[in-house]
Amino acid sequence: MPAPTTLSYLVVAALVFVIGAVGVMVRRNPLIMFMCIELMLNAVNLSFVALARELTDIDGQSIVFFVLVVAAAEVVVGLGIIVAIMRNRSSLTADDLAELKG
Amino acid sequence: MQLIVFVLASLMMILGAVGVVTRKNPVHAALSLVLTLFGVAVHFVSLEAYFLAAVQIIVYAGAIVVLFLFVIMLLGVDKAEDISTEPLVTQRWLAAVAGLGLLGLLVVAVARGADMLTTRSEGLATEVQNASGDANIQQLARSVFGDYVVAFELTSVLLVVAVVGTVMLARKRTAGEA
Repeated sequence: MPAPTTLSYLVVAALVFVIGAVGVMVRRNPLIMFMCIELMLNAVNLSFVALARELTDIDGQSIVFFVLVVAAAEVVVGLGIIVAIMRNRSSLTADDLAELKG
Repeated sequence: MQLIVFVLASLMMILGAVGVVTRKNPVHAALSLVLTLFGVAVHFVSLEAYFLAAVQIIVYAGAIVVLFLFVIMLLGVDKAEDISTEPLVTQRWLAAVAGLGLLGLLVVAVARGADMLTTRSEGLATEVQNASGDANIQQLARSVFGDYVVAFELTSVLLVVAVVGTVMLARKRTAGEA
């Protein structure tokens, strides 16, 4: 049975990235939109690791390490903003934040 | 064997990703996200990135998803929302078209670039002579704390900024402050 090629890993990563991108475009709940952003980050991480093995270069894995840290910081700040906004509101959709006032 | 693992992990990833997008209840979406993250971790193991697989489980499934669930519960939005109506007319069609176009572009780019890959530089731990169990961790540590030590220090600054900023955002303003 053949081992999966780097190409197949990249195609799976592209598929998950596209699902995440469509999710950001379709869903209105900011929490779900954040989860879709996490999906896209993970897809890119997977392609980095697959290419790191293909090119036998550890730098790909180092970059994934940094992406993990930045993703954690991004989620912390994003959820903090959502909590701060939601304190004065009852519903949670991105459309409610369209007006330019606090 | 490797192919079976690949197919199973890919199915986990794609089913979880579809679940995140289509689930009505945000709690279910977060749990679908865990499925995708575990699939990525399995891929990392089969790609010989053992350290990143462990970090993936600990940081993503252990910390980030718990943070998501915590915020969902805190805000009390853990009930099904109505996603049957379109917020904007033709938004879903446009999103589907854009998604398919993006997928086509990515797959074509991957397929065309596949023969342009060339091996360079130091090599992964499996090619190192004394490839012991923690060779991957040693090699990654040399890279992160050697070549990328400045970026590593900057991530610590980033984390401090994120924590301080979140505390500022989330605290209640008392009457005496501006």
